[in-house]
This record gives sequence, C-alpha cells and structure tokens, in this order.
Amino acid sequence: MKSLKIALTTGVALAALTSFAAAQELTIGLSSEVTSMDPHFHNLTPNNQVADHVFDSLIGQDEKQRLVPGLAVEWGPIDDLTWEIKLREGVTFHDGSTFNADDVICSFERAPNVPNSPSGYGTYLAGKTFEKIDDFTIHAKTPEPYPLMANDLSTVSIISDETGCGATTEDFNSGAATHGTGPWKFVEYVPGDRIVLERNDGYFGEKPEFAKVTLKPIKSGPARVAALLAGDVDMINSVPTTDLATLKENSDIEISEGVSNRVIYLHMDQFRDASPFVSGKDGSDIPNPLMNADVRKAISMAINRDAIVERVMEGQAIPAGQLLPDGFFGVSDSLQPEAFDPEKAKDIIAEAGFPEGFKLRIHGPNDRYINDAKIVEAVAQMLTRIGVETDVETMPRSTYFGRASRGAEGDLPEFSFILVGWGAGSGEASSPLRSLIHTFDKDAGFGASNRGRHSDAEIDGIIEEALRTVDDEKRAALLAQATELAIGRNQAIIPLHYQVNAWAARKGLTYKARTDEYTLAQGVTSSN
Amino acid sequence: MTAISENHPIEATGGERVDTPFRRFAAEFFESKVATGALILLVVIVLAALFAPLLSPQNPYDLAQVSILDSRLPPGEKSMDGYTFLLGTDGAGRDLYSAILHGLRISLSVGVMSGIIALLVGMAVGLAAAYWGGRVETVIMRIVDLQLSFPAVLVALILLTLLGKGIENIILALVVAQWAYYARTVRGSALVERRKEYVEAATCLGLSHNRIVFRHILPNCLAPLIVVVTVQTAHAIALEATLSFLGVGLPQTEPSLGLLISNGFEYMMSGRYWISFFPGIALLLTIVSINLVGDQLRDVLNPRLKR
Amino acid sequence: MTVYIIRRLMQSAVVVFLMSVIVFFGLHVVGDPVYMFASPDAPQEEIEKVIRQFGLDRPVYEQYWLFLKGALSGDLGRSYVFGEPALKLITQRMPATLELAFVALFLAVVLGIPLGLYAGLKPHSSVSRTIMAGSILGFSLPTFWVGIMLIMVFAVMLGWLPSTGRGDTVTILGIEVSFLTLDGLSHIFLPAFNLALLKISLVIRLTRAGTREAIHQDYIKFARAKGLSTSRIVGLHLLKNILIPVVTVLGLEFGSLIAFSVVTETIFAWPGMGKLLIEAIQTLDRPIIVAYLMMIVVVFIVINLVVDILYSVLDPRVRLRDQTV
Repeated sequence: MKSLKIALTTGVALAALTSFAAAQELTIGLSSEVTSMDPHFHNLTPNNQVADHVFDSLIGQDEKQRLVPGLAVEWGPIDDLTWEIKLREGVTFHDGSTFNADDVICSFERAPNVPNSPSGYGTYLAGKTFEKIDDFTIHAKTPEPYPLMANDLSTVSIISDETGCGATTEDFNSGAATHGTGPWKFVEYVPGDRIVLERNDGYFGEKPEFAKVTLKPIKSGPARVAALLAGDVDMINSVPTTDLATLKENSDIEISEGVSNRVIYLHMDQFRDASPFVSGKDGSDIPNPLMNADVRKAISMAINRDAIVERVMEGQAIPAGQLLPDGFFGVSDSLQPEAFDPEKAKDIIAEAGFPEGFKLRIHGPNDRYINDAKIVEAVAQMLTRIGVETDVETMPRSTYFGRASRGAEGDLPEFSFILVGWGAGSGEASSPLRSLIHTFDKDAGFGASNRGRHSDAEIDGIIEEALRTVDDEKRAALLAQATELAIGRNQAIIPLHYQVNAWAARKGLTYKARTDEYTLAQGVTSSN
Repeated sequence: MTAISENHPIEATGGERVDTPFRRFAAEFFESKVATGALILLVVIVLAALFAPLLSPQNPYDLAQVSILDSRLPPGEKSMDGYTFLLGTDGAGRDLYSAILHGLRISLSVGVMSGIIALLVGMAVGLAAAYWGGRVETVIMRIVDLQLSFPAVLVALILLTLLGKGIENIILALVVAQWAYYARTVRGSALVERRKEYVEAATCLGLSHNRIVFRHILPNCLAPLIVVVTVQTAHAIALEATLSFLGVGLPQTEPSLGLLISNGFEYMMSGRYWISFFPGIALLLTIVSINLVGDQLRDVLNPRLKR
Repeated sequence: MTVYIIRRLMQSAVVVFLMSVIVFFGLHVVGDPVYMFASPDAPQEEIEKVIRQFGLDRPVYEQYWLFLKGALSGDLGRSYVFGEPALKLITQRMPATLELAFVALFLAVVLGIPLGLYAGLKPHSSVSRTIMAGSILGFSLPTFWVGIMLIMVFAVMLGWLPSTGRGDTVTILGIEVSFLTLDGLSHIFLPAFNLALLKISLVIRLTRAGTREAIHQDYIKFARAKGLSTSRIVGLHLLKNILIPVVTVLGLEFGSLIAFSVVTETIFAWPGMGKLLIEAIQTLDRPIIVAYLMMIVVVFIVINLVVDILYSVLDPRVRLRDQTV
C-alpha cells in the first residue's frame, strides 16, 4: 500500500498547484444535498446551512451555537410574556431594498405557511405573536413565560418583503426571489450538481475571504475524499471516520474537528409488559426485562464505549454519559459514561430474574448517523457476550423512522431496542429532554421522539418548570437535575457517544469546526 | 459437470459420428485451455461455497464469535484469541476469509436459485407458447417482449424498492427480471423442433401432449438453454452485487460478496484495500469463470461457429 | 401498418396504466415518508399538517384517483422533497443522463468496432486473444466495481481526471451540454467509459462474429478475387454489412444504458435522473419514483416502436402485424 500512498500524495501535490491559481474561488464538497433554495421550505440541516450563506436570521449562532447578534442587535424580555427585539439599521438586501421590521413580520408570516413544505418552521413560531413597534423594534408575545425565544428566532431566515414574501419556492430555486442580507449572493442553483454564490461586498458583518464559492453535493464518503485528493474541491465536510487517520498524515491536507451536539443512544421499550422483539433463550414469551431499570443499567454496563469509539468510530467520538457533551447549556456536571463491567452486568441480569439471559433484537438505521449499522452490530456483539443473545436488523431511514415511531398497532413504536441519535438544534439540554425523556404527550408536543415511552411524573414536572423559567442560571440547574434523574437514576435511555465532526481542506485553508455540523463558506479562511 | 451429462440427448439425436457424443463434446470443450481452466476454477469455487462452514475458521454470522476489537485488521494479523486472519478482517471484525466463503455461498445460491426458478418459469411459458401457438403465443410473447425491453437492473431495483431487503425478495426480483430470457430461448428452439418431422410423427402416433413436450421437444431445446443458464447465472450474481451496492439488496448482517465489496468501498481511500479487494477478486473469478465456461459451451454447441 | 401502430399504442397505454397501479399501490405499502421529512422534535399537529398536505390522510385508492386525474393532464405529482413538479425535476435532469448515454454509445462504437474487426480478421493472433479476454472481463465486471476502480486509478492515484460532477456546461438550443467544454469533457469521460464498458464488449463480440461470418461469404471472396485491397474490402464491403446488426442492437441497448446510468450516476455524482431516482428511493419521495417509472416506460415503448417501424421500412421482408400462427 506504500505505492498507493505515494500516488495519493502526488495527486494532491498536483491538485494543490492547480487550485492555488484560483485562490479567489472556493469549492466545497458537501455530504448532503439541499432540497430547495427557499429558506422556509424545509427545516433540515443541509437546507439551513445553505440558507445561512444567503440569508441572515435575527439572531445568529456562532460555532459553539452561542447566540450572537444577527439582524437583531439586542433582545431580551421586558416582562414575563414579552420580548423586545431591536433590529440592525442600515442593512440592505441583495435586491437593494432596505431591511426593517416589515421584512421580519412578513418572514415570520410566510415561514410556517409555505405550500408543499415537508417540514416547516411552524414549530419555532407557534404560539408567538409579533408586533411592529417602530421600523427597528419588534415585540414578541407568548401566552406563558418562554425562555427559548432567542433560540427559536435564530432558526428562521429573514427574507425581503419586496421580492421574497410573495414568492413561491420555485422563485427561490430560480434565483428570482433569492435575495437575503447574508454574506453571499445567489448566482446559480443546478439541482443535484452545484450552488454558486458570490461575495456580498455590502455585507454588514465580517466579509467572506473568497470572491466566489461553489457548493457541490457529493454524497458518498469515499467519493468526497477522492474529490478532495484529486483537487476537484478545496474542502469537504463529514470526513469519513475511516479516512481521517490517512488524511491527518497527509501534509497537504488540513483537518479541523470538533464535538457535535449529537448524541447516539439506545431507546428501550418501557411500556409493553411483553415486548415484541424480546424472548427467552428458547424463544418463549417472557415478561419484558427492559421495564426493569437494573436491567437497563446492566445493558449500559455491558457496552464497551471505548471499544466503539476506538474500533468503530476510529476515535471520532467521545463516550457519552448524558444527552449533550460538557460545555453545553443545562448539562450535568456529575454524570459520567457508564463504566464497562460485563461480569457485573451478567450478575445484575441474573439477579433481576434472568439467570439464563434472554434474546433481544436491536434495530437501527443504516444510512443516518456516522457508522450507524456498525455501531448496532458492535452493541449486539457486546450484549451477546453477557448472555443477552442479540441479533441485528438495520434498514434505511426511509422505513426505519416511521416504524420506530409508530409502526405498531395504535401508532405505537414497533421495536423493542433501537439505536437513534439526537442533535440539539437549540444547543441546550431542553431540546433532548422534552423530546426524548418527557412522557409522550401528543397534544402538548412533549416526548415526540420518546420511542421507548419512558415516563416519570417527577422528571416531567422538572422539565416543564425549566421550560417556564426565564432565569438562565435556574433553568440550567433544573435541566441538569432532570438529566441526572433520567439517565443516572432511571436509565431512561443509554447514551453511547457524541459524534465528533471533521472537515478536511487543502493546505492553507482552515475551518472553524461547528457543533451544529454546519459547513459555512464564510467560516473558511486561508492561513497564508 | 451435470451440465455436460444433461447434454447427452441432443448429441444422441443428431449424432452421426462414430465416437460417443459425450466424448466428442467433452473433447471439443477441453480443446480450449482457458475454458478447461475456467471449469476447474468454477468447480473449486462451487465446492468452496458448498463446504464453507467446514473450511472457514469462524462463523462470520455468529455475533458471539466476532469481536469489534478485531475490526479492520490487515491480512496476517492475529486475533485476540490468537488466530491469524489470512485475509484480514472487515469493519465489524469478521474474518474476511470466512466471510468471503460464506458470502460466496450466498451469492452463488442467490444466482443459482433465481436461475433455476426463472428457468422453470421461462421454460413452462416458452413451451406453452411454442406448443399451443395462436392467441396464447401472441399474448405470452407480447409480455415477454415487453419484459425484455426493460433492463433487468431497473426491474429488479423497482421490485426491491417495493418488497424491501431480504434474500427471498432478491431471488424473486431476479426471477422476475430474468424469466423472459429463458422463455424466449425455449420458445425459439421449441418452434424449430415442433416443425420437425419427428414431432409430427409423434403426434400421428397419438402420443399425449405432455409426452411430446417433455420427452421430445424439451430435450432438444437444452443446448441453447444451457448457454443461457450459464450467462444468466453470472448475470444474476453481478446483478445481486449491484443491487446490494445500491442499498436495496441483502441485509447487512449476512453479507453476500456484493455487499462485502460495497461495505469495503468506504475503506478504499484509507488504504484498507483488503476489505473490498479480496471479495472483489472472489466475485470477479466467479463471474469470469462462469462466463468463460458459458462461452466455450456456446462455441461447442453452436454448429454455425464450428471451424 | 397504421392499424398495427394504433394497436401497439393501445397495448402500451394498458401497460403504462398497469405499471402505474402496481408501482403506486406497491409504494404505498413501503415506509412512511412523513417521518423522513418532519423534523424529529416536531409536535404531532405539525406532522399531521404534513400528512394532510401530501394527501396521505386519504385512502390509497383515492390518492391514486387523484394521481390519475393529474396524470391525464400532464401532472405527475409534486415531489415531497423538492416541492416542485416531479415531471419538471426529471426533465431538468434528463439532458445530463441522455448526454452520458450518448457519449457512452459513441465510445462503444468508436472503441468496439475497430477492436472487433481486428479480432475477427486475425482470430488467432495474440492481440485478438487479448481483446477477446478483455471483452469477457468487460462483460463480467460489475459496473459499480469498475466505477470505483476507475476513480481510484484515474482520479486519485494518477490525478488525471476529476471524479465527480458534471463540470462546465454550455447551453445549446436551451439544453445544457458538457461535452463541448474541455472541463466538461474531462468530467464526462470516466462515467461515460464506465457506462460504455459493457456495450464496448458487446460491440466487439458482435463485430467479431459478423466479420468471421462475412469473410467466408461469396461477395468478400469475390472482392478478393477481383484484387481489391484488404483495407478497401474491410472498409467498404465488410463494414457495411456488419454495421446493420451492430447499430440495431445498440439502438435497442440504449434503454439499458439509461437504466445502468442509475449505477454510474450514483458513483460519479453525475447530476442525472438516475441519481435522482436512487435518492428518491432512499428518501421515499414517491411522486418522483412513480413519475420516473411512467416516463421510462413511455420512453422504452417509444424506442421499441420506432425500432420496429424503422425495421419494416429498411427491410421489406419484415411485416408489421401481430403474429397469428
């Protein structure tokens, strides 16, 4: 393989030569494809990250998802139910019109109501009323105290009331309406092939270094790496874990990596007395062992997180003990990843009434998270070794999530034991707590992704209290407390690891790794 | 080797030579060194697939025997239990040598199973068309033509999208994608046979339909069928690999060769060539040897190409 | 002949209808597209809104009826993912696929015929044996594996050719093509070659077989006896006779090129309709899958009909009528 490596290096050297000639232009290979240039069409990471090039939100998120001023310069509650937002003055849209409160109001009206939108922004705007006070002041009112106002507002792009608000999704795709205030102007969108943008020299914030950027979707990991090595692109995102070591050794490539807000975890059936994919060693029906918190703890103990991180993720992950990595708002200081102890796990399961162990099937997606199918297989290996004979079924996400959420009769979750991931879009702990841990409550919007149906009234109370607490310090303490009870005491879910995301660029370029996994061309700088 | 003995009847009916037809056939077949080599290789491959559980040191599907701690080891490394991985391990820690043998078993059985079922279906349909003629034939052949105008890969892809993954589903999809080739071949040569005098004679003798079709017409259609069977089996194996690569084929825990290659694809750039290289070679050898044997059979059985 | 064509068209309409029924109802058993799109923390009402919007709350037969009504007026539904009409999305990407297929066809002819001729004229030379061995490999190697290898060797190890995307395009008659720019040409070569490989092998074998049969025929012997030069015999007489079957077969194989472009486009990230189909399958974008199939069925039926009609025009011995034995 030595010859291959030499060949690889020469390829890169050649590529580097050619791409330096065009230093003003940047080409980025993205692992995902945008589905529309309409920033209100589809609430999805690939779309949001592209929208962040052309459009601004009132409030931005920096690379650690801390809130920073965007089109708003100041914001805060003026009473329990009202937030005041002061807008930035002197900003112009790419179409030449001036930004003011009317643009904001019409954007918030359009965002939840885009026709044919498969997943809109209604979630972030529901229950809020916006009122224009003057051209650069807006009041947002909620029926109850609502601390996450600023987080919610950071997700919705602001479009121009002159060219954008009355436009259709097609108009945004063609470029006729694609006028934001962001650092890049729209040039061309060829679905499936490329998005071309040019620098907005009138941008109010820090102007991008490059004059022109081309975003190319290259879904396959090896193809993305090949394109980088061949010099077709200057930078790629989500570097496959398997290629990272080789790329790190390559002196022509620069890597930036950082932990993400995504935790990979296991959900266990905690609502059926007899679970469909659990049986005795001889295939007989047994009472659902996953109802027992001790058994869940034992399963957690049986998993060698370090081995998964080392062997499956090739170091591109951090063993997890809770819902978000250290440093995020509302995480617990005391929770640690469960220590690997297969002997003790075996004993606990025997004591819980299963001296022979039992049979289990683990379900997981095979095209959603980094190395998802392999993690599932590794978990199955580890459980099989403590006597919980586990077999594996993985499927594409197109069938997986529907079945996992409501595949069984009565729209109940179908599986017994599943692997899922959760990225906290808001960058704080209430997001996973309300969706994964809180008792499933269809009408109140709680527990939407609680596929194990864990339910604990005490924890529910704490979460709901936190969601009403505007004081940051108190809210953080409540969220941490809920997490400690849910994970430390109840073993509501079993956290495995946090993903670490990596970007690779040709030498001379650097990218500030982002916890939200976004790849933004304005974040690329050349070091020479 | 069964292919050769099944061949006996055609030569027997058309035989004018002094030496036995089988011997003549065999002699002609083995005239080509390449084809001989391919046949030997094919026999070895089939035996290896048949006896995979005995030949492989590990059962790659038993999760208790596979450890993630052994994953991605290059060829020649030792496992935790001290066993040497001859061809290295894959991303889940499976011994590749064992996984290839077992994968070969799956690939071959998918190819052969779908081939046999498609052959039976196609044969029945083709014979029916040729024997009855008339409207039956018109309708059947219209369907066959229609089916043949759609590329097999597309038909199988769509079917698997609807059916989902799984070994039965992929066999079904391959049968649907392939039966028409057999039907067309059988009908074509049966039509030729049907017009021959011996069939007329048999009809005059008052023999039953079944007897005429199965004892007289069918054996005489075997020569072109054998060629189609070999070509289509190779095709089925390649098709299964392609479908698995596209993500609609077999489930991941019991990988066929195609899936092993596909799984190894992600390791190509990192220098871990063995994960997809060795299964690729195994797939290549299998398909090439079947095709070479099929090619030689075609040459030997087709009188038009006789030198 | 007119009666024949009308009958064929009616049969085709039945096929298209049956196909749409199978695919439409089949797809509705698979998966749940809503969970593909709705953000995971969306409250139930949001999810139900999406379900209503896609019309998924209605019974399947009603959905099918709506689809059928739309289809008759040229509307094959709107993509769940892109929010645009499925037909528009497909036609948008069709030129890329057609271009790839045509370039592959071109490569098959340009490489396949000379190699096949050589192998046919000098069947026992070692070069011919190599050519034939190569053609067996071309037949045997799965397209996806070759594609991977091509990227490995030409894009990564040698760095000669780009591995993904379409490159620069120019617009001719409102259609974007990439084979007229140097950058575009360098992008199209690897995927087109990958796609062509099977067809190159096919053309080599057809040409070789045709040559070997033809050289023993009287007109060639006669031409030889007349003292014509070998190059003239081959160029004029032989080639003319071989070309007819080769061209016919390639015409029929064009459909399979479009089908296999699904694989090639996936590997080379070629922005054609095959890649669109695979992605639609992955995301369960039903309208696109259905529309793609409807379209491809129609395209194939047209190709076959045209080939049949051309056949009867070119060869008066072929009569266009239904077989009634």
